[in-house]
Amino acid sequence: MHDHGPHDDHDHDHDHGDPHAPQKDHDAGPASPYEVLEQAIRELLIERGVLTAAEISAQIDVVDSRSAELGAKVIARAWVDPDFKQRLIADTRKALLELGIDIGTIAEFRVVESTPQLHNVVVCTLCSCYPKMLLGIPPAWYKSLAYRARTVREPRAVLAEFGVTVPKDVAVRVHDSTADLRYVVLPARPAGTEGWTEQQLAAIVTRDCMIGTALPKVEAGHA
Amino acid sequence: MTRSADPRMEQRFKIGDRVRVDGRGSLGHCRTPSYLRGQTGTVVGVHGVFRDPEVLAYNRPGYPARVLYKVRFAQSEVWKRYAGAAVDQIEVDVYENWLLPAPVRTSAKPRAARKGS
Repeated sequence: MHDHGPHDDHDHDHDHGDPHAPQKDHDAGPASPYEVLEQAIRELLIERGVLTAAEISAQIDVVDSRSAELGAKVIARAWVDPDFKQRLIADTRKALLELGIDIGTIAEFRVVESTPQLHNVVVCTLCSCYPKMLLGIPPAWYKSLAYRARTVREPRAVLAEFGVTVPKDVAVRVHDSTADLRYVVLPARPAGTEGWTEQQLAAIVTRDCMIGTALPKVEAGHA
Repeated sequence: MTRSADPRMEQRFKIGDRVRVDGRGSLGHCRTPSYLRGQTGTVVGVHGVFRDPEVLAYNRPGYPARVLYKVRFAQSEVWKRYAGAAVDQIEVDVYENWLLPAPVRTSAKPRAARKGS
């Protein structure tokens, strides 16, 4: 029997008809047509002097540096500072600059506020428009046909599958962001978080809370 | 930058106006969802002026630019068998060249499931 290395710490009685799903190497197999296209265009842009390799690399770093933690920081600030919240809703771009966050020039952003009477949820039926500069790369399900098709026509059923049951007297407002604006949900601050620090508050604001498919959980802040 | 504050651009609709999404078809790149074609809603926001994505998509400059509106629709009107609540809404950003004036709602047509709680 060959050496299992890192596998040694679990019982390996089973043969390899075992239940785990087949794992593929990330770049196994030939490049897809889109990968070939991306590489061709990238090389042409560099060759023609439109962009440098360093600029492309720097932009990849910018995108990678964005994650939902950034969005959570913004939401926490809005919860503790009502004036900032008003500015954030009125002019999202400008208010984010106060926190040193530049959303770039690709799209405008809007923050939409949920309240005990209103639940906001965001979808893009066209493709996958998403506030990347605040939330990072979107989850795969956000781009799935099922999420896109169903969220507009049966949002309550979709939300229930995410574990969010919205009472019938609370309005569900779907934002289909197919144009030039990207939407971020400002969830209602949950009861039981009085006196919390911004850092504690940010810890309970997940990516899904800002898409509208989850609600902040107070227990998460006590962990 | 797609947003350009062109003061010469005329804004045809204002917040509170009832508008109908044009029912025409489209070929190629279009941001107006097909499920909204022919639907009537209310303007709840005016986002400003943006270059036209329907021509931008084909590497053209995107002019004339279009005023972009936030339009709110009642879900119970958009979907024939909507199973949610009567208070549910959907908001979509629609460019002016897809919007037509619609008459203010009269009391003639009772809304489905108006009662509710």
